[in-house]
Amino acid sequence: MLKAEQISFRYTHNGPWILRDVSLAIEAGEVVGLSAPSGRGKTTLGKILAGYLPPLTGRVSLNGAPLPKSGYCPVQLIFQHPELAINPRWRMKRVLEEAFVPSAELLRDLGIEAGWLNRWPHELSGGELQRFAVARALGPATRYVIADEMTTMLDANTQAHIWQVVLDHVRRRKLGLLVVSHDAALLGRLCTQIISLPHL
Amino acid sequence: MLSVRNLSITFAMYEAGLRRRAITPIAGLDLDVRAGELLGVIGASGSGKSLLAHAVLGILPSNASAAGQIWFKGELLTPARQEALRGKEIALIPQSVGFLDPLMRVGRQVRRAAQLSGASSPVEAQRRIFERYGLRPQDARLYPFQLSGGMARRVLVSTAAVGQASLIIADEPTPGLHPEVVAETLRHMRELADEGRAVLLITHDVGAALTVADRIAVFYAGTTVEVAPVADFQGDGAALRHPYTRALWRALPQNEFISLPGAQPTPDDLPAGCLFAPRCPLATAECRAARPELRPVRGGWARCIHVES
Ligand code: SF4
Repeated sequence: MLKAEQISFRYTHNGPWILRDVSLAIEAGEVVGLSAPSGRGKTTLGKILAGYLPPLTGRVSLNGAPLPKSGYCPVQLIFQHPELAINPRWRMKRVLEEAFVPSAELLRDLGIEAGWLNRWPHELSGGELQRFAVARALGPATRYVIADEMTTMLDANTQAHIWQVVLDHVRRRKLGLLVVSHDAALLGRLCTQIISLPHL
Repeated sequence: MLSVRNLSITFAMYEAGLRRRAITPIAGLDLDVRAGELLGVIGASGSGKSLLAHAVLGILPSNASAAGQIWFKGELLTPARQEALRGKEIALIPQSVGFLDPLMRVGRQVRRAAQLSGASSPVEAQRRIFERYGLRPQDARLYPFQLSGGMARRVLVSTAAVGQASLIIADEPTPGLHPEVVAETLRHMRELADEGRAVLLITHDVGAALTVADRIAVFYAGTTVEVAPVADFQGDGAALRHPYTRALWRALPQNEFISLPGAQPTPDDLPAGCLFAPRCPLATAECRAARPELRPVRGGWARCIHVES
């Protein structure tokens, strides 16, 4: 179980609270939706759950233990803008294989074409880059995935395709999934439970 | 107001060793938008949506050449006319504040846009447009980087709406914004059309376009595959004309949420016949023989030989 207990966060010492006493739990194999009136708290919570940011107070635990401080994180975060998560000076093959070598089957399922591997990030569209980001997040050591507006910038067809692949992994491998989205129809389609962050 | 006929755009690319290669990301693009109408232009990235905007405004990069015809108010749009009309008769609402001058206060940028479009008092025009879009007078003193997402949208709409432009082109005006800001921006687009202007709303978001558009033009691999009234996007999509449009409609999470296998072809590797044939469930040998023409079908247009008129 991925668990957040009493998480609070603000970026500066006297700044406004972004998160205040937020608790949530996601079981293996469960798909939970997160919606909130403002975007900032959701994105910050995603970063804290994946170990990108330490909470100011409270704790995040994976099956009762803290998240590992180094190495491949079993909680993987996928952002809205893949170009911000990818080194622009690497060819896509190096980007893809940074942490592990994804299986040919996964690349095929995601529709990643062999020719794309030799390209530079700026030569691919947002939808193509997002497929790489998903491939990188579905490593063998992954247990939980946080998808933060993962398909907001994509056309409907690419969106449905990427979710099919992710959901298939979630089911087969009993991964836990947190879907952060403002799209009520999408959350309704994907999730068994939808939670919302309160106004601050 | 605006008619685009068989537009194609070719880029000359220089590869290592100065070998010259030409790619044509847009071929066979057609559309019309009338005064008072909001036309949604939808398609995946790489379908040629943004290039269309640049071609109409006459701001394609120097290694690009365009063929085909663009008519504006009944006259052919030449490069000289584009330059004369840009910012006056034809205005752009860009994707982000990255298109504004980062070192100039936003009030001054809006006043400059007003002046360019011939307003007699740019100061008064800016004051009124800020009031219209719920911006405070003191917001005029901010620099682009100081704007929140919602304010940035209002400033960008202001720069286009402050003048008398009769054609407004909004290129992906709702990128990843909060739902309230998206709804507000879309409402502003609709109001501009209701004032009698022609509005082109270019977006990847079918759902957003459907809430405000009168008609939808669907692009695929640089070509117009369908033009349809919004009312045809309903139920199982049976009223739609082109198999790609139907696939996009069915892929929405509120519909069937199923995707079409395969990918849009890239400009350097286009199939010989119908560009959609490699993914089309209805494709026949005839489809692969020649590019279908765009033809009138049931009150809209479709580029498909197997759709009955
Ligand atoms: S022309 Fe043929 S391949 Fe092309 S969309 Fe129509 S049925 Fe499909």
